[in-house]
Amino acid sequence: MRKFTKLMAAATMVLATGQAVAAEKLSIYHWFEYIPQELLNKFTAETGIEVVMDTYDSNEAMLANLKAGALGSYDVAVPGDYMVKIMAGEGMLDSYSPSELKNFGNIEDKWLNVDFDNGRKHSIPYQWGSTSFSVDTNVYSGDINTTGIIFNPPSELQGKVNVLDTAGETLVLASIHMGFPQCSTDKAQLKALSQMLDGAKKHWASFNSDGAKDVLVSGDASAGMIWNGFGAKARAEKASLKYAYPKEGYIVWMDNVVLLKDAPNRAAALKFMDFLLEPENAAAVTNYARYAAGVKGVAPYLDPELAEARENNPPADAPSGVFVQVCDQATQSLYDAIWTRLKK
Amino acid sequence: MAGLLSSSPANKAEASIVEGRVGLLLLPSWVVIGILLVVPVLIMFVYSFLTQDFRGGVIWTFTLEAYDQFFLDRGLFGDEPPQIEWTYLLIFWRSFIQALFAMIFCLLIGFPTAYFMATSPPQSRSMLLFLVTIPYWVNLLIRTVSMKFLIRDTGPINEWLLAMGMIDEPIRMINTAFAVQLGLFYSYLPFMVLPIYASIERYNFVLSEAAADLYTGRWSTLFRVVIPSVKPGIIAGCILVFIPSLGAFLAPDLLGGAKNFMIGSLVEEQFKGQAGDWPFGAAVSMILLTIIMGILLVYARNQTQSTSRGH
Repeated sequence: MRKFTKLMAAATMVLATGQAVAAEKLSIYHWFEYIPQELLNKFTAETGIEVVMDTYDSNEAMLANLKAGALGSYDVAVPGDYMVKIMAGEGMLDSYSPSELKNFGNIEDKWLNVDFDNGRKHSIPYQWGSTSFSVDTNVYSGDINTTGIIFNPPSELQGKVNVLDTAGETLVLASIHMGFPQCSTDKAQLKALSQMLDGAKKHWASFNSDGAKDVLVSGDASAGMIWNGFGAKARAEKASLKYAYPKEGYIVWMDNVVLLKDAPNRAAALKFMDFLLEPENAAAVTNYARYAAGVKGVAPYLDPELAEARENNPPADAPSGVFVQVCDQATQSLYDAIWTRLKK
Repeated sequence: MAGLLSSSPANKAEASIVEGRVGLLLLPSWVVIGILLVVPVLIMFVYSFLTQDFRGGVIWTFTLEAYDQFFLDRGLFGDEPPQIEWTYLLIFWRSFIQALFAMIFCLLIGFPTAYFMATSPPQSRSMLLFLVTIPYWVNLLIRTVSMKFLIRDTGPINEWLLAMGMIDEPIRMINTAFAVQLGLFYSYLPFMVLPIYASIERYNFVLSEAAADLYTGRWSTLFRVVIPSVKPGIIAGCILVFIPSLGAFLAPDLLGGAKNFMIGSLVEEQFKGQAGDWPFGAAVSMILLTIIMGILLVYARNQTQSTSRGH
């Protein structure tokens, strides 16, 4: 009997601690290298909530994982703009009301009524930036502000070009280069796009996303598609790299913290979102990732270098960037086919 | 696979005696194989006949569309008369050739290495075995990335050659087919060395002496006496190198620059990429599985025929 009581006590203890841990845990599904560990530690210190983080390297990989059954095991994720729209359409997002976040008012006005989440029902801004490319000016000294650098490279750069290994951004930049709209269903345009890519690929060294910075710094590539903050980090390691603002256009994006459906700990997720809307914390992410926060009042906390960095301040004559659009199934499958043909 | 390789009559007799008694003891292995191998393959098989749900997932309606997409080319817009689809066959062909070369290189280097190890004094053998396995204590990803550091334009090999004045500009090795082959070869070499070593160690060298006494030349002894005796080890090594090389995508992605799909990365793209075409990914896997099963069956049949002829 005593043994039994002991057992019961042990079992109760296990259950109790199990519950305690569950109640104090926040599970984040996040991009790689995108949040400083100190900030997560600070969140834990302030709230007592332990943070567990898994990472992904593309919006699509995250979607695939959540669809394959991981939905319900994470509280928040950080999808890009178009992916917020897709996930909302798939019913994978929970919604909140502005009154649930005390820092909701900190969201910059221009990021409040966005096309991908009008009025911010599921998401808050995390960071925003642009996707273009950087060029090693020691290797090529001509004008870099044209998408021709990637898709029709000058002889100095031939065989030294890296593109992102994600169909989305690479095909959108290719469409911008050709002057075609996104999600085009025009046969002539799509065939021309596919042919142009086949020709350009001969001059490419590699397809690499998570190594986009590394290939430029190491010299494996002398021109490479890159996100602006990653480009700033690359320049910090190799001063001759310069981020381009092509005259044909480039991509802008915004990553957003979303509340996932069936979140194991919705309350902690909301606390975390509130925490990230504090100007000081949003600035900490910006200082680390070198993008821009969509939050008011971050300026006093920002690294002064960011105010001057070329990657964060498009020159006056640069065009404005475009967001990636969400295509319907039939159209998307055409772009998938172009990508597969390109990589066959 | 072990069954394929140990088909000597003595083994068979022993196996049949033991079988009845330990049948129950094998149950855990069968359960593990069932849950971890058979069930996933069945899921894949079923998924390959289902309809694609946009951006990942499946709709439970039967269709042959995934297989149709693999074999038939209906043009970018699906409105042209069907022709043979070369895109995926090309990807399969490239992967097979690459795996075949990796296997040949591993065999050319692995066989002499294993022979040397097995014929060295017993006390140094364990040391040599140990040396072969040391690099494999490190994760494959890390070894592949290190290889990349070695062979890049600004890496130590090129720097050294430049410093010695042997070349004027760096030799382009990274992001080439050569780099991929090197990566595969290096990744899977011990899978070739170890089974061959095990076979040669069991080989009775008195046979070689007898051959020499009968005036057989060295090469002749190697090809007509040694190699036939250690053939099971060689074949095991070849299978162990060929099959993982076929599905490898670390080396092609990191060393080859991911410019071309391999079977592995093609499947990955269907599940992780924008396409999100799970049935097609499953169909590609099933086709690969069928081809490999076919190769192994043909081999197993030849093996039984040659054994029965021999006795």
